Amino acid sequence: MDWQSAKELRDKIRTGETSSVEATEAVFERIANSEPAIGAYISTFEKSAIDKAREIDKRIANGEAVGELAGVPVAIKDNMCTTFGTTTCASKILKNFHAPYNATVVDKLIAADAVIVGKTNLDEFAMGSSTENSSLKQTVNPWDIKRVPGGSSGGSTAAVAAGLCCAALGSDTGGSIRQPASFCGVVGLKPTYGRVSRYGLVAYGSSLDQIGPITRTVGDCALMMNVITGHDEKDSTSVSESVVPACNYLEKLDEPISGLKIGIVPGLNTGSDSDVQKAISGAIEVYKKLGAEIIEVEMPHFDYAIAAYYVIATAEASSNLARYDGVHYGHRTKNPKDYIEVYTKSRAEGFGKEVKRRIMLGTYALSSGYYDAYYLKALKVRNLIRGDFTKAFERCQAILMPVSPTTAFKIGEKVDDPLKMYLSDIYTIAANLAGVPGISIPCGFDKNNLPVGLQILTPAFSEDKLLRISRMFEAQTDWHKKKPAIR
Amino acid sequence: MSELQYKVLVGLEIHVHLSTKTKMFCGCALSFGEEANSRVCPVCLGMPGVLPVMNKQAFEYAVLAALALNCEIAKFTKWDRKGYYYPDLPKNYQISQYDLPLSRNGFIEIPLESGKTKRIGIIRAHLEEDAGKNLHATGNFSQVDLNRAGTPLLEIVTEPDMNSAAEVRALAEELQRMVRYLGVSEADMQKGHMRFEPNVNLVITKDSKEYKTPIAEIKNLNSFRALEKSIEYEIGRQLDRFLEIGEVMEMGNKSTRGWDDVKEATVLQREKEEAHDYRYFPEPDLVPVELTEEQLKDIKSRLCELPIKKQMRYVNEYKLSDYDAGVLTAERATGEFFDEAVKAGGEPKRVCNLLTQVGLKLANEKGCSVAELGIKPDGLAKLAMMVESGEISATAANTILGEMVKIGKSPQELAEQLNLIQKSDAGELEKIVEQVLAENHRAVDDVKSGGKRSKKAEGFLLGQVMQKTRGQANPKVVSEIISKKLS
Ligand SMILES: [Zn+2]
Repeated sequence: MDWQSAKELRDKIRTGETSSVEATEAVFERIANSEPAIGAYISTFEKSAIDKAREIDKRIANGEAVGELAGVPVAIKDNMCTTFGTTTCASKILKNFHAPYNATVVDKLIAADAVIVGKTNLDEFAMGSSTENSSLKQTVNPWDIKRVPGGSSGGSTAAVAAGLCCAALGSDTGGSIRQPASFCGVVGLKPTYGRVSRYGLVAYGSSLDQIGPITRTVGDCALMMNVITGHDEKDSTSVSESVVPACNYLEKLDEPISGLKIGIVPGLNTGSDSDVQKAISGAIEVYKKLGAEIIEVEMPHFDYAIAAYYVIATAEASSNLARYDGVHYGHRTKNPKDYIEVYTKSRAEGFGKEVKRRIMLGTYALSSGYYDAYYLKALKVRNLIRGDFTKAFERCQAILMPVSPTTAFKIGEKVDDPLKMYLSDIYTIAANLAGVPGISIPCGFDKNNLPVGLQILTPAFSEDKLLRISRMFEAQTDWHKKKPAIR
Repeated sequence: MSELQYKVLVGLEIHVHLSTKTKMFCGCALSFGEEANSRVCPVCLGMPGVLPVMNKQAFEYAVLAALALNCEIAKFTKWDRKGYYYPDLPKNYQISQYDLPLSRNGFIEIPLESGKTKRIGIIRAHLEEDAGKNLHATGNFSQVDLNRAGTPLLEIVTEPDMNSAAEVRALAEELQRMVRYLGVSEADMQKGHMRFEPNVNLVITKDSKEYKTPIAEIKNLNSFRALEKSIEYEIGRQLDRFLEIGEVMEMGNKSTRGWDDVKEATVLQREKEEAHDYRYFPEPDLVPVELTEEQLKDIKSRLCELPIKKQMRYVNEYKLSDYDAGVLTAERATGEFFDEAVKAGGEPKRVCNLLTQVGLKLANEKGCSVAELGIKPDGLAKLAMMVESGEISATAANTILGEMVKIGKSPQELAEQLNLIQKSDAGELEKIVEQVLAENHRAVDDVKSGGKRSKKAEGFLLGQVMQKTRGQANPKVVSEIISKKLS
């Protein structure tokens, strides 16, 4: 079965042109061939997926109503709770954790009749920019297996790029959907904070985390958004429908945005590789040709985003991860001397290096005497960055910038230099701090034939516009149709 | 020695369980004495990925209690995480309120033995979730029961305004009566619904110099007796320490002590106050709470006359004894029943006697409130009026009240049926009096002599008349006739 979008596949399954079983079997055949090399999945569910596909086919044959994703094989990042399989967060501490409930997004996928293929690899507890921090396995970039897929949703993006599923869910705390999407040449959307329920997403930085879709086309992204958005009474930070009504993202996807004003931030790209800069300039030209007006906007506090992010995210993480203590569940050390050792040894044995680093950072930032100097200051910076966006969006409808300063780097290249690694999120973090939506869409390749992503940011709760602006570009270009040689 | 004087200073930290149907941040039912860990869900177990959702009822109960404590209510309040590791704390942080509590700066009036009241300052009252319970029953292991985890707790912190163990007890009892009145807590000490932590120290004046003893915090007291006894013990202990080794307050020599119920002594738990670092920070999973004028008005409308106010009113307006007023206001239903009966025309003292001598006894036997005995306040008022007008005797009224509860007829019907209507017909009674006088010459002579025995003889004659009429004569009328005949 050849390359096709999730939407195309869904429509074909509906009309009987193809079947869900056929599509699902094809996916598992590719998994059998390529997964050993790619390493995208922590767990797969071949039997239940085929069973589900068969059930969908039968219902369609019987003329019964089916959901929006009926029969489409999808994958879920393994930091979203499922009652089936394990929910490991790619951590030894949760290696054998079977969640007793489904994350809201998982329930929504099931209700939409998606076929769940498996759960994908990630940086442990979603902390990282390359998926090299997974304690369970290595995922590689399908465009070059010597390179990282990006992170932390590297498993999901690699799976989508390599055709090991048709669409996937990722989570984005500081760029964890957009950056790997850019590295793997797929579409990745981080919705507005509060647009998608976080219930059942194992928290990293609660005030920054947001679940979003990873797909091959902008249309698929809209389709996935239709399924996963909406208020959830189990998540009080999810926005109420009365404040921002849900909309059908597919309906107006191809409507042009007339008189589009796009902002670019001068000087921002200079830190990027020349190939990345070239691709972004090319993208700007495309928009110009489409009749968009390009204006310059300022983001004066952008430089402080990384520092503020690593204080806020790690502070929240140090608290969110406190529950993994060997007392209630998860890994417990053998033969502890006393209960203090249950805590200390279980955590020492269960957490990986990067997670420990961030827990310590966050604990330090929240300690009495340092709170004002670090945490409170970071919150102030966060407000300033929010203000930057508000001001910028008074003048334009969208802002364009790179997703990451580089294309996919080599495995092992940055593992010993955490600060260098942190910089690969330099362009994505601000959106999480401000809560605004951001997308990465394919916009070119570098000299090594590695994909480059274009990042588009729009005001909060304007995902419909963001998707239309993205679709305008996609309709004019062929970047999204290219696929990695690996098969 | 002789010129040594001291003043006791006690401040209290009180935890009150709110009697909502469900827990603070999840839908689990509140329970007591259920099988361990049978009232839990992923949220109160702190499972990965769960999110708290605030219980609105708990918030309203807390505001209601804070209003009764004369506190300023915050229009904007937020949640914070208080981090510490303990096996009974599922997430290893407690959701509480730190710098923006829902209320502060209040006071509570407590009754003193003198019959006056005293005002004790309330520093703050805020909401938080309770932890579970560690069980150290058998073997070389401990178990954790999380049924209690997530129970809404109102934490009240007082100023160190109490100057004796008796005052502390009065406050505790007053608070119990108050929260029961408001219906926000069952305040059942046996079930641990109220827990106290007093901070005790002394200001000693010796040789016209002032010394302060180190503050001792006594943890987790859950009976009025333990509260009172432990403070009495502390006063003695601190005085001894001062006299023996001159121990006075210094930086960091605040100690934490526990109460040993068997030895009736406080026991040292931690010598020096540990520098707790709870690493408070705003809870990112909960949105701040904004209280509108309308909501506040609605909650205010649920306030009732507070027990201490009621008690004082009964003493001042109705001239009831302190004791009677206390009995009538011990429970809200009794006071309200009493008020309604008085409103319906019952003379307060009569109504009070009927209620305290018969009503409450019957209610006690039946294990219900006075209001649930099946009598109406206006029925009770009628009964009181019948005594007042001389229609029936006070003793007869008690009998009738008993029958009213049993067979539910009106007091008039019962009085007639039971032949308890007093004879006030002067003509009829005169004949009987004459007969009695004729039969008791000695007593008649005694009365006439006007000597020491005259009062007693008069009583004897009255008694004889009452006997002849089988108690149905109106004693007032009879006395008048006797006096007239013998003057
Ligand atoms: Zn629960």
